Amino acid sequence: MSSVEQTFGGAGGHVTALRRLLGPRSTGPAVVLLLAYCVFLVIGSLKSTQFAQQVVSGIASGATFAALALALVLIYRATEVINLAQGEMAMFSTYIAWQLLAWGVGYWGAFFLTLAISFLGGIGIERLVIRPVERGGLLAIVIVTVGLFLLFDGLALRIWGGLPRDFPPAISGSPIRVGGVAFSVQDLVTVCVTIGAVILLWLFFQFTKVGLALRAAALRPDAARLVGVRVSWMLALGWGLAAALGAIAGMMIAPTTLLSPTFMQAILLYAFAAAVLGGLESPAGAVVGGLAIGVTINLLGAYIGWIGSVLRLPAALAILLVVLLIKPSGLFGRAAVRKV
Amino acid sequence: MLLELEGVEARYGPVQALHGVSLQVAEGEVAAVLGGNGAGKTTTLRAISNTVRRSGEIRFAGESLGRKGPEATARLGIAHVPEGRGTFAELTVQENLRLGAYTRRGAAKEDLRRVCSYFTWIERRRDQQAGTLSGGEQQMLALARAFMQRPRLLLLDEPSLGLAPLVVSEIFRIIKELNEQEGLTVLVVEQNANIALQAADRAYVLEAGKVALSGASADLREHESVRRSYLGY
Repeated sequence: MSSVEQTFGGAGGHVTALRRLLGPRSTGPAVVLLLAYCVFLVIGSLKSTQFAQQVVSGIASGATFAALALALVLIYRATEVINLAQGEMAMFSTYIAWQLLAWGVGYWGAFFLTLAISFLGGIGIERLVIRPVERGGLLAIVIVTVGLFLLFDGLALRIWGGLPRDFPPAISGSPIRVGGVAFSVQDLVTVCVTIGAVILLWLFFQFTKVGLALRAAALRPDAARLVGVRVSWMLALGWGLAAALGAIAGMMIAPTTLLSPTFMQAILLYAFAAAVLGGLESPAGAVVGGLAIGVTINLLGAYIGWIGSVLRLPAALAILLVVLLIKPSGLFGRAAVRKV
Repeated sequence: MLLELEGVEARYGPVQALHGVSLQVAEGEVAAVLGGNGAGKTTTLRAISNTVRRSGEIRFAGESLGRKGPEATARLGIAHVPEGRGTFAELTVQENLRLGAYTRRGAAKEDLRRVCSYFTWIERRRDQQAGTLSGGEQQMLALARAFMQRPRLLLLDEPSLGLAPLVVSEIFRIIKELNEQEGLTVLVVEQNANIALQAADRAYVLEAGKVALSGASADLREHESVRRSYLGY
């Protein structure tokens, strides 16, 4: 925390920080709608333990969508493109973790080592392949992310083969029972780790000098340069953070889905849906969107037999479509008004 | 001389905007660059902070700026408040000030207190989004942000733009105060020649990308063509 905060510190800041986190203006109806949905979930959970279990496992998968969606938002805000390779980067990170585990590194050692490698890898990708084509326009960057998708896919297949592999959970154990509801340990770990990462990231953006510079560089690169912010390094840092977030999502998902070169592809689509639902530019929106989609598709899959487990993804995209028809800028997005 | 420009040229694509501008700013003074639309005032400042393609020689505190980019120039102690004031509209007043102090190490507390003594409203409205401030307040915030940078040289691009006359005189009063009490050297670009000549020690008149006239402000105010073209009497 810089000394400026110490001078200015006070309780008033938190309220505005929260307001700013949720996004400016016109998000009122979205918040009311979400609160109503939360009330529905709570009442349902109290009435039925099966419902409660579905909600909790929905929150767990939603948390991983949220982490990946947040990664997409970070890069979208810095580079103004959707990183199509985000899922494959996360997959590759998860393989690195798997390899470290296979070499005998302990779980949390492998976890944090993977985060570090992914962070540096993300920075490296921005420096090596994104920055050189930056002047070529957005389409050029999108094409490069497609190339990265194929590259990581091919590399993983080449190095580790296509056979699905087991990925260990962080903590294994029998489900914890609270009031008749059985919570899977892996679900709880997933929720804690991803939400913890999101909170850490928020603190970083809100209260550190570099976090502030990163936001400034994304909002107004020209003005940021004039106060001495090294904008291009800030963009690289954004890629690094996104890659690390993706790695977290990958390592949390892999125990339930098995690890294979394609295991993140469906997850990436959910994350796209979550990011767009939240408004693409809003980090808080991405998190809320991820959780909402995770819970909703889990409930739909469990209670509407016809959807089952195969039609979950289309169901998620249908929800997205309905929301965008009503609110084209997403739940927490700003309407696209540009000064010219 | 703190800042020296010698035969500086600048271009936007195929269009050349500066055709060999030479000017000097001494430590501790306020210098003004006057001129009509398209004369090259803004481009002169952009050439100094290297946000436009430039050539020619620019020396700051005796050292050539060479190919230093905008970030490096800022780190040397040149604060550039650009056209449109460079406000981070989505961030709060306080965050804008923190960004001003970005290049500095250590305590900015003392400076913050000083800034608040010049702009008393800032402390009360630190959590307000900067984009919701009035034009005059945004201009003051830009000055405050630049001050937090603790620059040796402040480049100001048309601080009077779009502001009511009373607010303009208030802004220039503060610029003069910062100059006299904090020893801040200022190079200000203005269309409003009247107020700029009152505040400045020295002034340059740009026409079509060249310095057409220069001298002490007091002399320029009496100059026949300046009076007719820029002061309107």
